[in-house]
Amino acid sequence: MEQEKQKAALNLSLVMGDNALILGHRLSEWCGHGPILEQDIALSNIALDLIGQARLWLSHAGKLQGGKSEDDLAYHRDVFDFHNFQMVETPNGHWGKTLLRQFLYDAWHHAMLQKLVLAQDEDIAGIARKSLKEVNYHLRWSSEWVIRLGDGTEESAAKMQDAYADVWPYVGELLQKDFWLKELDQWIPGFTADEILAQWWKTVREVFSQANLPAEPMDWLYRKGHLGHHTEHLGFILAEMQFLPRAYPDATW
Amino acid sequence: MANLETIEQALEKVKDPEIPVLTIKDLGVLRGLERAEDGSLKVIITPTYSGCPAMYTIEQSIKQVLTRLGEETVTIETRLDPAWTTDWMTEEAKQKLQDFGIAPPEGSSADKRALFGEEKQVTCPHCKSRNTFMKSQFGSTACKSLYQCWDCEEPFDYFKCL
Ligand SMILES: [Zn+2]
Repeated sequence: MEQEKQKAALNLSLVMGDNALILGHRLSEWCGHGPILEQDIALSNIALDLIGQARLWLSHAGKLQGGKSEDDLAYHRDVFDFHNFQMVETPNGHWGKTLLRQFLYDAWHHAMLQKLVLAQDEDIAGIARKSLKEVNYHLRWSSEWVIRLGDGTEESAAKMQDAYADVWPYVGELLQKDFWLKELDQWIPGFTADEILAQWWKTVREVFSQANLPAEPMDWLYRKGHLGHHTEHLGFILAEMQFLPRAYPDATW
Repeated sequence: MANLETIEQALEKVKDPEIPVLTIKDLGVLRGLERAEDGSLKVIITPTYSGCPAMYTIEQSIKQVLTRLGEETVTIETRLDPAWTTDWMTEEAKQKLQDFGIAPPEGSSADKRALFGEEKQVTCPHCKSRNTFMKSQFGSTACKSLYQCWDCEEPFDYFKCL
């Protein structure tokens, strides 16, 4: 029983940590390239929050794996050991696509954290409580942008339709009731994956209805980023992210 | 070996590198000190934001202060729970922020509703006008938003509630 709980905690920490790390890395690519200074700074701030959260989750995962460090996990695993959703590794595309992807992830992230703060596992609840405060601001910001662009000019609306066609097919993975999600009922009394998904749909419908985007389920492909099956994009991200610590293993700040 | 009170007084003076008018005590980042039986010292801190780059500098400053006091074995423990909140900021700290040109957090910590929260009314630290608006929810550091004043037209940072 204890062992199973620990395994569930590890799976969760890896999914949460890797999503935050890879999305944080993607957002950091915007640094210096944002459409205006304020929004460039906004994305960099969110990237920083996510990478900070990734450090917390991966430190915890490392502890559960018998004393590995956050850096061991971030820099010394290969593509098939990463548990992030495929959606977060997709290229940034234009501003609207980055924002739509961000909103869809924020809505999921927020729904998850709202449940995880109730976990009986003190480490997990602690990380979730810290993260939730930050993710409140992320979700508010990305939802406002999705509405502003979707319900904006003809051009911005067309670009959002574009972004939707790109990103929506990846959403299915956030909504799969996979083992790692179902396992959480071990420490969250009354937890059901359905509740998280219902909350996600509620947020997405509320925002999409104002952004003139359709919130309809589609025949989603079964994607397995969380099991280590990734698109070709993740390898390029890791090549950039991991180069330095692998080439110069003794490098320190 | 210095006593805990002396150490605490010395540590309380450690500044936030990004807002140098505030100390880690003003912010509520310094959470506690523990002396173990073997003489080693543990300093407990809590981060403001998960990815706050100032935390590393703060840790280095803490170590420096303690080395100067002759401490040999120091560990710094980062405690996440209870999560840091702007509610822990002292009134004195808020005044210092105001004088420095940063609007201090107004009211208590972030409202629970994430979607479409209403904008906070913030006082301009330059001319004290309430006639201000949010330019960007994210500012020059993780803890701030960018505002502008309609009356004196100056932009300013607002230390947002967390
Ligand atoms: Zn003013």
